[in-house]
Amino acid sequence: MASVELKGVRKSFGRVEVLHGVDISIRDGEFVVLVGPSGCGKTTLLRMLAGLEEITSGEVRIGERLVNNVPPKARDIAMVFQNYALYPHMTVFDNMAFSMKLAGRSRDEMRQRVDVAAKILGLTDYLDRFPRQLSGGQRQRVAMGRAIVRNPQVFLFDEPLSNLDAKLRVQMRTEIKELHLRLKTTSVYVTHDQIEAMTMADTIVVMNGGNVEQIGSPLELYDNPANLFVAGFIGSPAMNFLPGRFAPGNSAAVKLSNGSELPAPSCREADGRDVTLGVRPEHFAINATGVPAEVVVVEPTGADTQVYCRLSDTEVTVVSRERHMFKPGEMIRLQPMPQKTYLFDPASGRRLA
Amino acid sequence: MSPPHTQVMTGTAPPVGALSPLGRLFENRHFLGLLFMLPAGVLLLLFLTYPLGLGVFLGFTDAKVGRPGEWIGTENYEFLVTDSVFRLSVWNTFLYTAIASIAKFGLGLWLALLLNEHIPFKAYIRAIVLLPFIVPTVLSAIAFWWIYDAQFGIVSWMFQRLGLIHSYIDFLGQPVLARMSVIIANVWRGVPFIAISLLAGLQTISPSLYEAAAIDGATSFQKFWNVTLPMLSPIIAVVMTFSVLFTFTDFQLIWVLTRGGPINATHLMATLSFQRAIPGGALGEGAAIATAMIPFLLAAILFSYFGLQRRRWQQGTKD
Repeated sequence: MASVELKGVRKSFGRVEVLHGVDISIRDGEFVVLVGPSGCGKTTLLRMLAGLEEITSGEVRIGERLVNNVPPKARDIAMVFQNYALYPHMTVFDNMAFSMKLAGRSRDEMRQRVDVAAKILGLTDYLDRFPRQLSGGQRQRVAMGRAIVRNPQVFLFDEPLSNLDAKLRVQMRTEIKELHLRLKTTSVYVTHDQIEAMTMADTIVVMNGGNVEQIGSPLELYDNPANLFVAGFIGSPAMNFLPGRFAPGNSAAVKLSNGSELPAPSCREADGRDVTLGVRPEHFAINATGVPAEVVVVEPTGADTQVYCRLSDTEVTVVSRERHMFKPGEMIRLQPMPQKTYLFDPASGRRLA
Repeated sequence: MSPPHTQVMTGTAPPVGALSPLGRLFENRHFLGLLFMLPAGVLLLLFLTYPLGLGVFLGFTDAKVGRPGEWIGTENYEFLVTDSVFRLSVWNTFLYTAIASIAKFGLGLWLALLLNEHIPFKAYIRAIVLLPFIVPTVLSAIAFWWIYDAQFGIVSWMFQRLGLIHSYIDFLGQPVLARMSVIIANVWRGVPFIAISLLAGLQTISPSLYEAAAIDGATSFQKFWNVTLPMLSPIIAVVMTFSVLFTFTDFQLIWVLTRGGPINATHLMATLSFQRAIPGGALGEGAAIATAMIPFLLAAILFSYFGLQRRRWQQGTKD
């Protein structure tokens, strides 16, 4: 196990720079999730960590050792690929033992280490099968087994669950998390799914357009997003953003285009300026004193009800634990919960308060 | 065949009683199936089965050009077994096929691996590689004839200019050299087919397998041995079967370059069959030689049939 340190890491493909200086430090044994939309550079970053992509500039250290020019096999890492990359012509056993075979280990050692990994992953009965004879979830486990038998310093996961169906994804999510708690190997996990990130990570790195937007624990990012992007990316359904003008005073408010005023956190910097007010769907109360909004669609999910409504020309989503039976077109009143609103600068996206 | 299909047919068709007998016939799936297969069947019968059957039949007769001939049983074959020229041609054919196929496979695989790398002007180079395959065999054979020529051959000229030899080499005039020369010409012509086919196979191998192997600690050769070769083996089996069949039955190149000479050193079964049958006039004997190729070709086909059966790792219940 080892810590991982990225310092000013940049990557260019030809003349196009896709990573603009990334700094991340990962503690020994930490489970870090790199999350961001497609094309944000998260997979490229992971592949640079694995040694599959060259590092244009900056430093990558695994356990204090500078690995910029170290080939993948010498980095003591293991990677789980999005498509699993199992060798189709090898049995599960041979897939898992391949690295040991290349390293010239004895048959006994191979057998013993594969057995241990297979037991952890529940693959003992499948060791003689070929990848094609396995289900998606089983293949996924073989891919992890191949990583486990190597007992590496760092596990790298490249969207390992994106090829599974929704139910299996949730199950494997838990399994990977349990595995990490058990093995305590430093892990870097790439996903575009913020729920995966929230549920699995010790630390989340939110990336966008080749930059790190924010690094923090899941709840830190949820409670204190640094900017509009993180606020909109973390949390499901996404945070509502309402454009308006900041009205200072004893009880600060944001005045929307239709004249409604929503309470806002106080902020000197925002005085008299256009701002974006952020309110999470679960932080709206439906009561008699709020601002009026028109119901568009009501989606009951059982546990809670999602109400889509129009508030001053902006679509907002409200999640309520109560079962509302609103009709489309009905007017309701929404009130943001106190201390649960955010102010952003609409131009830069920076959080103001 | 499948019950649901039949149901659809009867479900959408008007009631059977409303149709004339002919109309009913055209609603019959079995009749329609036969009808649609008929043109292809006629073509196959006319242009494949009939000539093949006639050839086998002629092999049992003493037909000459312009004379129908009589049934003589296995006399042709009995003669051929003792005929040293025929036996030499069988040996030549095996030698030619074995050496040319191995060389074509080696060079083709090597070329395919090179073309699979990132190289500038990749598309153009791939197109150029196909050239020998596109040029009509007779044309390329004539070009090689010229290259090997004892007086004007460019190879001899080059070697002499380089100071390697003092007199021109008669490539097609000496048995060993002639054999080498026709094999080289055949390899030159056959490599593109194999290279392009294997290249297509190489491109279906997921790059992530190589990345996984790199992380697992494989060297370039280990990646080739443990990933490329096994993944390519199904297509290698197909391509090499075709290559062996084409090479075994090769005629054009030899006929243009050497006509089987010198001293029958390059006579293959195909060229000998033609020579005995048409210029020599012994249709029956030529047909017997051609027929004698069939068991060898069948063996090659059977070999590939079993070799081509899906490997266990390719089978599976789910995707």
